[in-house]
Amino acid sequence: MTGDIAQLGQYIGAGLACLALAGAAMGVGNVAGNFLNGALRNPAAAKEQTGNFFVGMAFAEALGLFGFVVALLLLFAV
Amino acid sequence: MASSSEGEMVIDPIHQFQIFDLFGGEKLGFLSFTNSSLWMVIIFAAAIALFLIGSRGRAIVPSRLQSLAEVIYDFIRKMVRDVAGEEGLRYFPYIFTLFVFIAFANLLGLIPNSFTVTSHFAVTGALALTVFVTVTAIGFWKHGLHFLSFFVPQDAPLVLKPVLAVIEVIAYFVRPLSHSVRLGANMIAGHAILKVFAAFATSAAVYGLSGMTALVSGLSVAAMVPLFALELLVALVQAYIFVILTTIYLNDALHMH
Repeated sequence: MTGDIAQLGQYIGAGLACLALAGAAMGVGNVAGNFLNGALRNPAAAKEQTGNFFVGMAFAEALGLFGFVVALLLLFAV
Repeated sequence: MASSSEGEMVIDPIHQFQIFDLFGGEKLGFLSFTNSSLWMVIIFAAAIALFLIGSRGRAIVPSRLQSLAEVIYDFIRKMVRDVAGEEGLRYFPYIFTLFVFIAFANLLGLIPNSFTVTSHFAVTGALALTVFVTVTAIGFWKHGLHFLSFFVPQDAPLVLKPVLAVIEVIAYFVRPLSHSVRLGANMIAGHAILKVFAAFATSAAVYGLSGMTALVSGLSVAAMVPLFALELLVALVQAYIFVILTTIYLNDALHMH
């Protein structure tokens, strides 16, 4: 394995940027857990809230995926 | 997977997203017919075929294809009515087209050796920008300059209003960015992870891990099965999320607050 120090920094930076995905995982778990919590307490109201559930999941996931995009940019666009 | 110049095998999970001219042009231009273009044509043909054949019989007891088409149609129509109200149904054809295109692109991209159109930010960005421009135009067309009051929260204290208005404007203009990155990054991540697991299997076979080949290859192929099922789910959920967000933005433009 050869390369210069800039490449080293690139790879380390890409790895660090992927830490954002840990936050996304926690966020998505939080959304799903709370939805299940509420749905078990009031199953009658759960069905109408699935749309909100998916939207909340999408927001939580997208913010983590920004970190993934930064990692891709570091690897291929710098 | 690509081979480097030294003959050493390099696992490159991003290689599958490369765009090339199908007719061998060296430089990609405005009129190049690329693999991305080919798959878009296939997506359109498949979508049109599903709905043409599905709606041909118009039986009271639907055939399998007809009920598939009806289920998709009902599902999106109900979502639009729930989120944006009766007024939103005027824009239902646009939202339905978006859903069918993205769902077909995501699903057909899961076929091995195919190309995922929605993994490129150029494509998802174009879709999201079209939504952004359309929704903003609808807002101004319906409310006139009064639409600008959308950016000022009504019940905020007077001192905070200018600050909040700036934040709201920034949040509004970030919408197409997050809208497109969400879909594109999900598709890239899913396909890259499938390719990484597939690469484990082949590289275990190539390097011959002293009797462990069968174990490593078997494990990684076994791990791919649930991952593939997850990707099928993600493909449909991301298409749904893209259109439900479109409908929410549309509802904002139609009914303001």
